[in-house]
Amino acid sequence: MEYKNVGQRDKRYDGLAHVTGKTRYVDDVVIPGMLAVKALRSPVTKGKVKKIDTAAAQKTAGLAAVITPQDVPANGFGPMGPEQPVLAQDIRFKGEPLAAVAAADEDTAMEAISRIKVDIEEEKGVMDPLEAMKPEAPKVRAEGNLFMFGDKPYREIISGNLEAGFKEADEIVEADYVESSYEHTALETQCSVAVPEANGKLTIYTVSQCPWFHIGPLCGVLKMPMSKVRFIGGTVGGGFGGKNDIHADHITALLALKTGKPVKWRWTREEELLFSTHRGAWHIHFKDGVKKNGRIVARQVRSIRDSGAYTSLNPYGVEIHCLVVNGPYHIPNVHIQGYLVYTNKPLSMSMRGFAINEANYATEVQMNRLASAINMDPWDIRFINAYRNGDKMPVGKVLDSVALIEVMQALAQKAGIALPAQCQTMTSAKREVQP
Amino acid sequence: MKKRGVGIAAGLYPTGLMGGGDPSQAIVKIKPDGSVDLIIGSTDIGQGCKTVFAQMAAEELGVSVAQVNVLNADTDAGPLCLGTFASRVTVISGNAVVAAAREARGILFESAAKSLEASPKDLVAAEGKIFVVGAPAKSVAIGEIAGKSPLIVGRGTYMPSPAAPDPNTGAWNAFHTLAWGAVLAEVEVDTETGEVDLLRLVCSYDAGKAINPMLVEGQIEGGAIMGQGQAMTEDWQPYYPSLDWQPTTLRDYLIPTTADIPNIETVIYECPSASGPYGAKGIGEITANVPTPAIASAICNAIGVWINEIPITPEKILRALEGKTQTS
Amino acid sequence: MKYTLSFTLNGLPVEILVKPTETLLDVLRHQMNVKSPKRGCNTGDCGACTVLLNGEPIRSCITLALTVAGQSITSLEGLAEGGRLHPLQKSFHDHNAIQCGFCTPGMIMAARALLDKNPSPTIEDIKKGLSGNLCRCTGYAKIIDAVLAAGKEMAAKKT
Repeated sequence: MEYKNVGQRDKRYDGLAHVTGKTRYVDDVVIPGMLAVKALRSPVTKGKVKKIDTAAAQKTAGLAAVITPQDVPANGFGPMGPEQPVLAQDIRFKGEPLAAVAAADEDTAMEAISRIKVDIEEEKGVMDPLEAMKPEAPKVRAEGNLFMFGDKPYREIISGNLEAGFKEADEIVEADYVESSYEHTALETQCSVAVPEANGKLTIYTVSQCPWFHIGPLCGVLKMPMSKVRFIGGTVGGGFGGKNDIHADHITALLALKTGKPVKWRWTREEELLFSTHRGAWHIHFKDGVKKNGRIVARQVRSIRDSGAYTSLNPYGVEIHCLVVNGPYHIPNVHIQGYLVYTNKPLSMSMRGFAINEANYATEVQMNRLASAINMDPWDIRFINAYRNGDKMPVGKVLDSVALIEVMQALAQKAGIALPAQCQTMTSAKREVQP
Repeated sequence: MKKRGVGIAAGLYPTGLMGGGDPSQAIVKIKPDGSVDLIIGSTDIGQGCKTVFAQMAAEELGVSVAQVNVLNADTDAGPLCLGTFASRVTVISGNAVVAAAREARGILFESAAKSLEASPKDLVAAEGKIFVVGAPAKSVAIGEIAGKSPLIVGRGTYMPSPAAPDPNTGAWNAFHTLAWGAVLAEVEVDTETGEVDLLRLVCSYDAGKAINPMLVEGQIEGGAIMGQGQAMTEDWQPYYPSLDWQPTTLRDYLIPTTADIPNIETVIYECPSASGPYGAKGIGEITANVPTPAIASAICNAIGVWINEIPITPEKILRALEGKTQTS
Repeated sequence: MKYTLSFTLNGLPVEILVKPTETLLDVLRHQMNVKSPKRGCNTGDCGACTVLLNGEPIRSCITLALTVAGQSITSLEGLAEGGRLHPLQKSFHDHNAIQCGFCTPGMIMAARALLDKNPSPTIEDIKKGLSGNLCRCTGYAKIIDAVLAAGKEMAAKKT
């Protein structure tokens, strides 16, 4: 089908603005009288705030307002419920915001922050998700360190008969994969400008990747209707999943309302690196049964995700990880378990590929390991096991518009690789090598 | 000693929030001179959604891209998009854009039908004009029709049907379309220092239909280098699981620079989706997933030892070579 | 206590009052309404704040404003001449060497300095010359293409 515009290599709609420096990001928003915001962050990993004394801070010349948990109308937010506090009293990670100020400039705000006195009863936390799973581990949250998927502490997918599959296999290959955490590192850090309008309304210039996803939780915190809160977003200086959680908009909103003045909070790169959401760590155990003809007949996967201190959309992350961790391959006998474990660290959340990226790493290194184990070309083993049209995933979903074979053939051609003969003629339309 | 290695990896990535129920909307306004306003809820985080939506609206309305004005992400002034995540915007917001443009076009055709003495269903819009299919000589300018009407407004909403996993069996009709990918990586490892030179990345992805191939390449190339960092140099928790010695500056958290990147070759394959606009699929995330294991596998291939962790830093390579890492 | 700072900004003389602790980046963004240089890190690591000091690329985030007294500063806003895009700007746009755009001003200024010194750079020269400017979106491939093409265009114009 030929189109006039679709399929064309059009230059970017906002390209001229970008190359002339005219694109406006949140940090470029300046409103006369705008105040600067800084947060007081917990110096300890876990503990209870016994007392916050802001008397000395209040005397800072140039300070406009201080907010503590008492100033938050509903001190909880999150996509699955108001779980994470805006300002914490029950500290769950080092760096968690406990209070915030708005002042004439950033230096004054930092001076005021340094004058806030906090009494904290420190407690022992847990950093290792494998330790956190043990019953004797310190509790990150009252409900325990394992998220419950219904009545089980894991998401489970069972398809076929795993033990029967292992019996059929010629080789059993087991491995443990550990993936560290990563930071989005968008060039633009978290930033928020909140402006109180004349009629009691609040305008927030946001870096959010999803203002409509955030407006409900934010209005919940402020106890304001959506008619009174307006998000203006649009051009984000890089997201990669790091701006899918509210980081700054709730605190700037509260300070704008308290001071009656526009406020801006821009996170430093250090705050961004240490305290913003990040890609969480995983422990993934594979046990595969493979036949000499290349067919993987059984796959058992146990994945453990480090959620950090809160939940956000991590249960969904575990769900989609389990959905795809058998790989883009038709495997008749599969047993997958995915755990979500809490630790006393900043929140892990979405980062480009959310939970599927991490499954992809482990699955594909495992495939290359399997190829080695049966002395097979890594292209060959993938072609043999790749999904075909009409195949069923372990969750029962029947696939269409399948194209892995063709994408791999295109790769080989571009890379100048001569594929094994049988791979050159395969298509997604039918399977040659049965289990 | 320098040792070379090659690694390949494949992957899939479904479009949208799994389990559906993630809506997007669009509004198309045709101003009295035929100029088009396209109002969407989606944020542009760099991927270029404003560009592809302008292309889609121009395609449906028969105008030039230059005539399309895109406004986005204002919760007062615009419609809803659940968010720019889950590789969903081109497909889900795109379907809403197409629907809105078609509704507006339908209103244009109703008006034009009278002056062209034809049935609206026989009309087509192209080159800024409306005419009967096959008879372009007798046409009326879109601006002329728009100028005679009250403001023409079209609305579009698209939402994949919600589907939850079965609590007992785990069965799940989780998505409506998915993309495929495969990557080849070639590395050279210095076995004395553990340093790795990423020489080559060849990346092949199925985009369904590349609405703008230049933007798709941008996702492939950007994702490739993100994968490079994930496989080789970036570590938020260098002493995992503790938070000791966490990076606090971009001198400690090392994302690739121009001096680090390999030669990147791209292939865009098109296996159309049944549900995306023009057959498109979401590729924003798969492009950052598949390179990582290809690079990790290439390093393992080069040194002849399996390393089961990422990032694979020079230190881990040296330890593996010294036999201090478990091999299997 | 503030001090008078006089310098040339994008070809025009400027005289303002600044604190001794203020960086050039903050002064440009907050006092001069020059928004193109960005604060990506504020520690001189990412290059998003790159402007030219007498034609040389500097990190304005770690440059104290008072140290540019009497000097000439050029930001992206000063690159286009007579309303016409500089070949680098046009080339970045043509090659889609831009995504979120946040690194773009610093990247273009660093490229400008590179081409001024080395009008016919190789790909390796460009990779080295831009290695102080981080980009997370593009993977750099199209940025390198754009700078190569701009260099060729500028060299052709001179002959």
